[in-house]
Amino acid sequence: MSNRMINLLVPAIAVILGLLVGAIVMLVSGYDPVAGYIALWQGIFGDSYAIGETIRQITPYILAGLAVAFAFRTGLFNIGVEGQLIVGWFAAVYVGAAFDLPKFIHLPLSILAGAAAGALWAFLPGLLKAKMKIHEVIVTIMMNYIALHVVNALIKTWSGGGDKTDRIMESASLRSEFLSSLTDYSRLHYGIIVALLMVAVMWFILEKTTTGFELKAVGFNENASEYAGMKIGKNIILSMVISGAFAGLAGAMEGLGTFGNMYTRGGFTGIGFDGIAVALLGANTPLGVIFGAVLFGSLKYGALNMPNAAQIPEEVVQIVIALVIFFVACGYAIRLFLTKISKKKEEK
Amino acid sequence: MGFLDILYFMVPVSIAYAAPLIFTALGGVFSERSGVVNIALEGLMVMGAFIGILFNLFFFDTFGSWTPWIALIAAMIVSGIFAILHAVASISFRADQVVSGVAINMLGLAIALFLTKMIFEKGQTDFIKKAIPNFDMPFLSDIPVIGPLFFKGIYGSSILAVVAAIITWYVIYKTPFGLRLRAVGEHPMAADTMGVNVNKIRYIAVIISGALAGIGGAIYSQTMTRDFGHATINGQGFMALAAMIFGKWHPIGAMGAAIFFGFAQALAVVGPSIPLIKEIPTGYLHALPYVVTILALAGFIGKATGPKANGKPYIKGSR
Repeated sequence: MSNRMINLLVPAIAVILGLLVGAIVMLVSGYDPVAGYIALWQGIFGDSYAIGETIRQITPYILAGLAVAFAFRTGLFNIGVEGQLIVGWFAAVYVGAAFDLPKFIHLPLSILAGAAAGALWAFLPGLLKAKMKIHEVIVTIMMNYIALHVVNALIKTWSGGGDKTDRIMESASLRSEFLSSLTDYSRLHYGIIVALLMVAVMWFILEKTTTGFELKAVGFNENASEYAGMKIGKNIILSMVISGAFAGLAGAMEGLGTFGNMYTRGGFTGIGFDGIAVALLGANTPLGVIFGAVLFGSLKYGALNMPNAAQIPEEVVQIVIALVIFFVACGYAIRLFLTKISKKKEEK
Repeated sequence: MGFLDILYFMVPVSIAYAAPLIFTALGGVFSERSGVVNIALEGLMVMGAFIGILFNLFFFDTFGSWTPWIALIAAMIVSGIFAILHAVASISFRADQVVSGVAINMLGLAIALFLTKMIFEKGQTDFIKKAIPNFDMPFLSDIPVIGPLFFKGIYGSSILAVVAAIITWYVIYKTPFGLRLRAVGEHPMAADTMGVNVNKIRYIAVIISGALAGIGGAIYSQTMTRDFGHATINGQGFMALAAMIFGKWHPIGAMGAAIFFGFAQALAVVGPSIPLIKEIPTGYLHALPYVVTILALAGFIGKATGPKANGKPYIKGSR
């Protein structure tokens, strides 16, 4: 078996194992796994409304996945996507609601505000990592909680003690009559186009620019890159900022497309953490991220159908997603297993 | 309110918040000293918090007032077993330990919430009838100043936490097992040539870390929230991780840092009744512990260097 083949098989096997163990969990808990997965399937592809909503759910997953993947390629682990997403959501909604401008200025401006807020939120961990060698994992985790509480406080202040922001102006909305009517009035919006565009942007930065080359080089070997004259600190900060901008965009999609406003939250959205799964499954490549996002976005949306159609708590899908990450992390064991099989075949 | 009154008010709350952090941070010390990065502390703590509440609810009729303490043991066992997943991935399967930890965190929360929905048919459990009790220490609480500060209305679990920190220090620095543990985390190959079974020591360390984080989680849920839901632990495990780093991977240092973070959390809780801090809206106060953590990491400790082989799987025969 070729190396390339194994690289493709590892995530596929991880997904299958995840679904399998998920089925066992359902079976042991006294639920019917077949009915569960049928409900899941119906929730994803059941009718055109479900398909529209699934694509809507995939949109922020693509962007969150890109954010994690981009940082990974530079050797950084951005667990802070969740927090960057939350500030991006808020900033986009704020600009979308507070100003009254023509659409061709207002919409891009609101989207950019989200990206900028996310980038800013990621800048600090990048700076601390570059200047003081403080591990970005700890700082980004703390920044997540700061984002959650600060944004909640900001929403309270803005709404005068309420728990939601004003709605954005029509001129800042990503909503689309066309896409919506196409899918039986789902909340599908133009964000998916923005997300796919960003996939191309990430590919372009990493593969076609000098900056991208430097970023990847720093990710591979810090010392060698420094010896070759690259500035490590600058590249770390830049990588975090770009990653944060992707994450902020994911939040902007939720704010400007799906919801049109923002509520105070008791906990995280989960999109940022699932972005880690998306990136890992996609092997941190732009194209891979699309596949990962399609899979996890569908699972996540389809799961909502499970309590109604099969009386199974939707958390079982979160178990499956966690297991898939776990099995991808254990890729070494799967790889070992695959090479053993292929060797046996060759001997015969 | 005088300064001393504020202290009388704040210190006991700080200690109450610190106890779960101390236990969990000690778990982190065991794991990371042996060379296994343990971001999974959060998920292990969630598991402990859930099991603690579940056990307390179901066995209150059997064990009566001893229930919360036996619940701690139940949480310890279950989280210890749960930690084996992280051990298998990061020790035997050479997984990226941070990624495996993230998976365990998601898995812990997902399993706990799944079971909560299954058993209680709603998003959170019922409230427990018997929480971990707080009491005034005889004699000691009568000492002026120090008594009301440290010994009045103290939770038994807080005393346990301090004892655990001292025991951990003894185990890691004064016993053969501790020496092996540190050796395996600094230079596994050298330890291996001296006949130490690297993987075995690491497995034990990770399981201990799970057990301690489980206790920490069960203490938190049985003193603070008294039920279990999706936001029960909400970052305590990560805070414990930061406490461990802040304490430079030393048990006593981790305890000190945990108390400091406990203080920061207490500030958010009792802040609204303290002059000066009262002016800050509560929303921002909730962000304070995390801001303090970043400042602490950035300002006070300088460059933190963990055990040398931390995060690297040991592969026999490789250089």
